[in-house]
Amino acid sequence: MDAAVIVFPGSNCDRDIKVALAQSMGKEPHMVWHRDADFPKVDLIVLPGGFSYGDYLRCGAMAAHSPAMREVVARAGKGTRVLAICNGFQIATEAGLLPGALMRNAHLQYVCSDVNLRIETNQTEFMAKYRPGQVVRIPVGHADGNYQADEATLDRLEGEGLVALRYCDPNGTISSAANPNGAARNIAGVYNDERNVLGLMPHPERLSDAALGGTDGRLMIDSLVEALS
Amino acid sequence: MKAKVHVALKSGVLDPQGKAINHALHTLGFPAVRDVRQGKLIELEIDEKDPAKARAAIEEMCRKLLANPVMETYRIELVE
Amino acid sequence: MSKSVIEITPEVAASHGLKADEFQRVVEILGRNPNLVELGIFGAMWSEHCSYKSSKKWLKRLPTSAPWVICGPGENAGVIDIGDGQAVVFKMESHNHPSFIEPYQGAATGVGGIMRDVFTMGARPIANLNALRFGEPAHPKTRMLVAGVVHGIGGYGNCVGVPTIGGETTFHKSYNGNILVNAMTVGLARADRIFYSAAAGIGNPVVYVGSKTGRDGIHGAVMASAEFDDKSEEKRPTVQVGDPFTEKLLIEACLELMESDAIIAIQDMGAAGLTSSSFEMASKGGVGIELDLDLVPCREARMTAYEIMLSESQERMLMILKPGREDVARQVFEKWELDFAVIGRVTDTGRMILKKDGQVAADLPVAPLAEKAPMYDRPVQMTPKPAPLGDVPAAGDIADCLLKLLASPDLSKKDWVWRQYDHMVMADTVIRPGGDASMVRVHGTRKALAVTTDCTPRYCFADPEEGGAQAVAETWRNITATGAKPLAITDCMNFGNPERPEIMGQFAGCIEGMRKACLALDYPVVSGNVSLYNETNGQGVQPTPSIGGVGLIDDWAKAVQIAPKADGEVLVLIGETKGHLGQSLYLRELLGREDGPPPPVDLSAERRNGDFVRAEILAGRVKACHDVSDGGIAVAVAEMCLAAGRGAEAGLPGGLGHAVAFGEDQGRYILSIAAGEAAALLDRAAKSGVPAARLGQVGGDRLTFQGARAISLHDLRRAHESWLPNYMAG
Repeated sequence: MDAAVIVFPGSNCDRDIKVALAQSMGKEPHMVWHRDADFPKVDLIVLPGGFSYGDYLRCGAMAAHSPAMREVVARAGKGTRVLAICNGFQIATEAGLLPGALMRNAHLQYVCSDVNLRIETNQTEFMAKYRPGQVVRIPVGHADGNYQADEATLDRLEGEGLVALRYCDPNGTISSAANPNGAARNIAGVYNDERNVLGLMPHPERLSDAALGGTDGRLMIDSLVEALS
Repeated sequence: MKAKVHVALKSGVLDPQGKAINHALHTLGFPAVRDVRQGKLIELEIDEKDPAKARAAIEEMCRKLLANPVMETYRIELVE
Repeated sequence: MSKSVIEITPEVAASHGLKADEFQRVVEILGRNPNLVELGIFGAMWSEHCSYKSSKKWLKRLPTSAPWVICGPGENAGVIDIGDGQAVVFKMESHNHPSFIEPYQGAATGVGGIMRDVFTMGARPIANLNALRFGEPAHPKTRMLVAGVVHGIGGYGNCVGVPTIGGETTFHKSYNGNILVNAMTVGLARADRIFYSAAAGIGNPVVYVGSKTGRDGIHGAVMASAEFDDKSEEKRPTVQVGDPFTEKLLIEACLELMESDAIIAIQDMGAAGLTSSSFEMASKGGVGIELDLDLVPCREARMTAYEIMLSESQERMLMILKPGREDVARQVFEKWELDFAVIGRVTDTGRMILKKDGQVAADLPVAPLAEKAPMYDRPVQMTPKPAPLGDVPAAGDIADCLLKLLASPDLSKKDWVWRQYDHMVMADTVIRPGGDASMVRVHGTRKALAVTTDCTPRYCFADPEEGGAQAVAETWRNITATGAKPLAITDCMNFGNPERPEIMGQFAGCIEGMRKACLALDYPVVSGNVSLYNETNGQGVQPTPSIGGVGLIDDWAKAVQIAPKADGEVLVLIGETKGHLGQSLYLRELLGREDGPPPPVDLSAERRNGDFVRAEILAGRVKACHDVSDGGIAVAVAEMCLAAGRGAEAGLPGGLGHAVAFGEDQGRYILSIAAGEAAALLDRAAKSGVPAARLGQVGGDRLTFQGARAISLHDLRRAHESWLPNYMAG
């Protein structure tokens, strides 16, 4: 398989996901500069974490208008898989690839910490290697990860199985104490209707290596690599 | 009484957000934009009928909390 | 243009920080009165910050060399060799006063400035640390300052994408009017691609890159004076605003250009901006520079030569390029959407000539500015040795004392701080903050760097020499406790007013202690910074020589952390315990006393004990290791239990005494090892002349010191974790 990581001015987890992808794929992904709309055909596009344009104005707002993003939206419409992590998730919602928006954390502080997440379904190419309902530990690092959408949208996401991950306690219970940012219904990640785009606040690439304290994130990347190879 | 407080960076203080927005507008095809400076709009509803007293109270709020006089200016607008 | 109408009097010179005799020296060097631009340049270059005029005499005493030192003090940052053609570049710097005035921007720009010092030398920043000292918690400004500084450090470092992995946050009333914000950056470079600041090559282009120049940070005293007429307050901001987004682009652009051979010299524009960067480059290269200030990218219209030369706008760099490489460089900076301008040339005149509006705005000889800068041998009054501490009463039951200490501001858990810093970005953080030293991998290798900052100001205040030695030794010990070999330090010297002999005595004493420790531990100083005049109304801060240490381990998988791995492991105490309570936290927090001598540092025992511990760790025989420092054995064991979520039963050497439990004797560690390894380890220690004793065993969900009340992990955790969040919510 081939993958591409879109690099925006201010992206800073682009190298981290490149390393994690190379570890699973056995070869390096293409690194695509945001002004380059003419990048190779790939099976997976990653929108990496960071602070594109400094998170100024609204997180992801300016990056969503870059030439590369217009191409990403077009390719996602034709079925290319898109993994949008943290700032990538913010960019994806601003670009209309995913419903909802990421608001300032309810406690108004940046939060960098491991969180527990419940895998809501493993019936997607992103999650096949997890068990449904499995509780995994993956870090977050963000100031604006408070997922919000109107009630009808939230109901629809839940009803159609488009909620990918939720913040939970170590036993898998969904509670406000386990919610690091105030996200509606503890939502940490969502799919688009076709389930070829996943946006999530946690960083799977940060726990994809035992040296860093865990490998729960690696399974997400391995799932994609297996499905797309 | 309702009031609006406009808080902005003093002229001359670097506005990184304004700078980045300016740049993004240029790349989006608005080359005529010469400069962008951003600030905050704070809307207040206060139990005070006397405009002079309201303004004085808001002045104090601005000095103490709403603006940082080291780097920001503010403008108070009494709405009704 | 107002420069022609301003008469340069001794008063105007004084408002630039130049004393009467210093001004006289300016006139002698020039053979005439300076104009305002020239005076501003002298004032900046001869400031304490740029010239080290009070401290240089003493700094020269510090050891700065070792076979692994590539570049010692004097450049933007220090450089050490870590093998395989790789080098580590690091430095710590203060941003104290700006952080007190505007905590968010002050701290943010402090982080930005120190990162530029490091990537200027060709290194990618891979870790940030921050040593923070605040006033007493009850002081009305403290909470706001903590919130602002922490937010500012996170706001900048997180955005740039460099993990903030270590540091300290402590409180004392001596910092009520002068907080300390000391920021450290560690970077990774190729040993054969280190960039220096000496200008060379007559005719070569001088290039300005980064952000535009505004009126940020221009010397307030002069600005407020009448010459600058109307609306001066509105027009002349002195607060620098950081733009971490631009810094991120600047890092990427500089490192990309450094891959080519276009750069001859590079220097960041920090304090005193274009003035100090251009003079330093010219002075180090023994050349002249001519700048056309009309070509400097400016953010505002009608900026004067004075303003352009003294602006402290952030995120800017000055470079000397090889001839003909301007276009290569311009392409890189334009790709990253940064300003790029050729603003001058290197000359053979030995003079700095600044042109503005077609006229010469300043014409100064380069060498005399540096060579004839004032140097002071200020009067020194050494700190008298403190009186011995008499008998100390028990402050209550051992368990109660431990709970109170764990909940004290300095020992309380600092999660509230760490969680606001991205300490995982770059995906190489193998030891996260909160233990002894933190650790990052050298990307793509098995090697890793252990980094820490330490200083115990109350020790330095009571006995500067012991305190200076202790600060160095504690960083060495914290690095050793991970298994890494300590290699070198950076120092950030924060003191009061050097014109007071007792303050210079503190400075001289700390330097002497640091010197001895560096020599005894083969642990040179490779970079540093001095911040004096940390004083309000005659009340100086406690002497605070913040030390940042860097160590190397060949294989990160061999490193250990402070959490025991399994029940049944045995705790072994390394080092001698005498029960030294002078200047201890026990004395201060539980008895309200700050007296007695600090614990002496026996440097040969320090080295022997540390070398033994490191060898045991690298041999794979140690499951966890923690150094014993503030709060003594009891606090160290409690911290190990909390990190592991396991209880322990422990005896205290010589029985259940407060001095033994809470004394802060130096050179000690607690190891957690498999039960079957204990006897052999004690045997090896005895053969090496290292004091070692079995302390207890890990297990259960309570911590019990024999003879004292057991404390549940739950209570221990609540004591340790609640103070800071509760305080910040108050």
